Amino acid sequence: MSETFEKAPFLLARADRFITWAQKNSLWPFGSGLACCAIEMIATAAARYDIARFGMELFRASPRQADLFIVAGTVTNKMAPVLRRLWDQMPDPKWSLAMGNCAVCGGPFPTYSVLQGVDKIIPVDVYVAGCPPTPQGLIHGLMILQEKIARSHPTKEILNPDARRPS
Amino acid sequence: MPADPADRPELRQTLEALTARFAGAVLAGAVEGRELAVRLTKDVLAPALRFLKDERGFNAFEDLVVFDNLQAPAGGGARFTVLYRLYLFPGALRARVSVDVDEGEALDSAVPVYRSADWAEREAFDMFGIRFDGHPGLRRIYLPDEFEGHPLRKDFPLAGRDRGL
Amino acid sequence: MAFKEIELNMGPQHPSTHGVLRLKLAVDNEVVLGIEPVLGYLHRGMEKLWESLTYVQVVPLTDRLDYLASLSNNLGYVLTVERLAGIEIPRRAQYIRVVLAELQRLASHLAWAGFMANDIGAMSVLLYGFEAREEILDIFEEYCGARLTIHGIRIGGVIHDIDTGLVSRIRTVLTNIPKRLADIRTLLDENRIWKQRTVGVGRIAAAEAIDYGLTGPPLRACGVAWDMRKDIPYSSYGDFDFDVPLGRNGDVYDRYAVRLEEIGQSIRIVGQALDGLPEGPFMAKMPRVLKIAPGEAFHTIEAPKGVLGFTIRSNGTDKPERVKMKSPSFINLQSLEHMCKGNLFSDVVGILGSLDIVLGEIDK
Repeated sequence: MSETFEKAPFLLARADRFITWAQKNSLWPFGSGLACCAIEMIATAAARYDIARFGMELFRASPRQADLFIVAGTVTNKMAPVLRRLWDQMPDPKWSLAMGNCAVCGGPFPTYSVLQGVDKIIPVDVYVAGCPPTPQGLIHGLMILQEKIARSHPTKEILNPDARRPS
Repeated sequence: MPADPADRPELRQTLEALTARFAGAVLAGAVEGRELAVRLTKDVLAPALRFLKDERGFNAFEDLVVFDNLQAPAGGGARFTVLYRLYLFPGALRARVSVDVDEGEALDSAVPVYRSADWAEREAFDMFGIRFDGHPGLRRIYLPDEFEGHPLRKDFPLAGRDRGL
Repeated sequence: MAFKEIELNMGPQHPSTHGVLRLKLAVDNEVVLGIEPVLGYLHRGMEKLWESLTYVQVVPLTDRLDYLASLSNNLGYVLTVERLAGIEIPRRAQYIRVVLAELQRLASHLAWAGFMANDIGAMSVLLYGFEAREEILDIFEEYCGARLTIHGIRIGGVIHDIDTGLVSRIRTVLTNIPKRLADIRTLLDENRIWKQRTVGVGRIAAAEAIDYGLTGPPLRACGVAWDMRKDIPYSSYGDFDFDVPLGRNGDVYDRYAVRLEEIGQSIRIVGQALDGLPEGPFMAKMPRVLKIAPGEAFHTIEAPKGVLGFTIRSNGTDKPERVKMKSPSFINLQSLEHMCKGNLFSDVVGILGSLDIVLGEIDK
């Protein structure tokens, strides 16, 4: 069956475009709001910056129901295993966005208890720098993520599960 | 904002009463504006706090501060100085009670006197390693239990020792 | 086999814990028997970090403590440094600080109102509160470019002057906020569901509250008139005429009502400060490198969450020897177990919301 499909790349490309269009316009964030960046994330979801125009207003409290992991805030060594477990609990396909300098690289805290960047424990798709990034900055990061999703090939992963991205 | 210039008479009376009750254990005492500052030996800590609360009206426990004297220029003192800040409400008067405690020594817990000292003492234990006898459940409050070392000590590096990540 | 006591875990990732707080609840069916908060999931080692920075470099980091009221943290810290170093602040700077601090209190209380109402289920109030808050954040952004982590209050004064244009925009915001507040009050004050979930819930008596070290609106909700702006005035607060709202029962509803009243009082204070803004410099003459002779100072302010204090010990260099922060949320959270015992465990969310905690301040 997969050989038949692979002989029809045009159909697969069309299917990819459709699937990625649906995915990028209905991302459900799992707002892992850890610190100050969480407030700007909530402000982005509020009335003025209105993340709902991107289809992302449904912030899920449970990782099982979400597909975008926004790490907003400082990740401490104590919180790191918890965050990793939450990431593992998210079903595929999933994406992650490191919001704020602390999630990107430890931010202004080179201390004994802070993880210097969340990409040490989970793969990150988009890094949004700022301390905190303004809501416009976060939305820009989300739009870059949408472009990244648009460039991906979900049909390849469906047809060949071994081609899935390591998590 | 400048400190209140007038030294409060009630604080002078408290200092006199304290010195009379705990003669010999009051190493230093002064009143400045609305604050009474005393230095005590650590064996009278719990009864002195009880005295200040029950008989002199300092009903609120504001803060517990620990200083590590490792790099203090005028050495010769104990390793740690522990400061208890009390507040008298209403009236807005303050008391600053300090005791010296050395490495390995323990202080009497202030929790039987002021309930709000509970987490403050756990924080002092977590960050400096000072033990408090009589605390209802002395254990770390911020760092995981298996963490080694006490970070706010002057000989603990900022970036920590375990560089696993 | 019948068992009565169950241990439940809430957090550290939870939509209603206001940050990364973990609560271990012991419940008997639905009644709470005990709560043990587990802290430290946001412990960033601030106090250790501050010892390796100069006094001036510490100011932006104090923003990250109570991140909903960053200017209040700045104010608490710089007032302590100024007391330690003996710096006199020009009167214009003191008034501008009052304006900024009270606007920040407004922003903090509006965000709190949104979060608490959202936790209990009134989701519209979150959007109303945040929209009102955005107007204040616009003022901050116009003032110094930052919305959330502002550090506009610096050692010696404030970072910029405020001109007549900004003053008039602040006055416009002050006339808009009461309308939003009226909207929120219409939705909640006499709302039967809101009252059922908040009246009589999470009670604490005044004497116990003081013994637990409670400060700020939760203490004033018990009827205790303790407000540092009145008791030990700082930064010219003595010049202004305002009331300190008090509650009676010390329950969740009173804490909610006290904070909403405080919003009205803050608007009064800002209006008076703008009316009486003195002429003069907005920053004292400061040395290029601030070195402070050995000494120690302690200063407290009335932050939106409670009484915030800093102890700073100096050692003659440009870096502090020790900075200890008295965190109101840290101390207020200790009384959570007392307030929740005997209540239903679904009330824990409401009680926690009414305490108005911020994990950045608790965990430092």
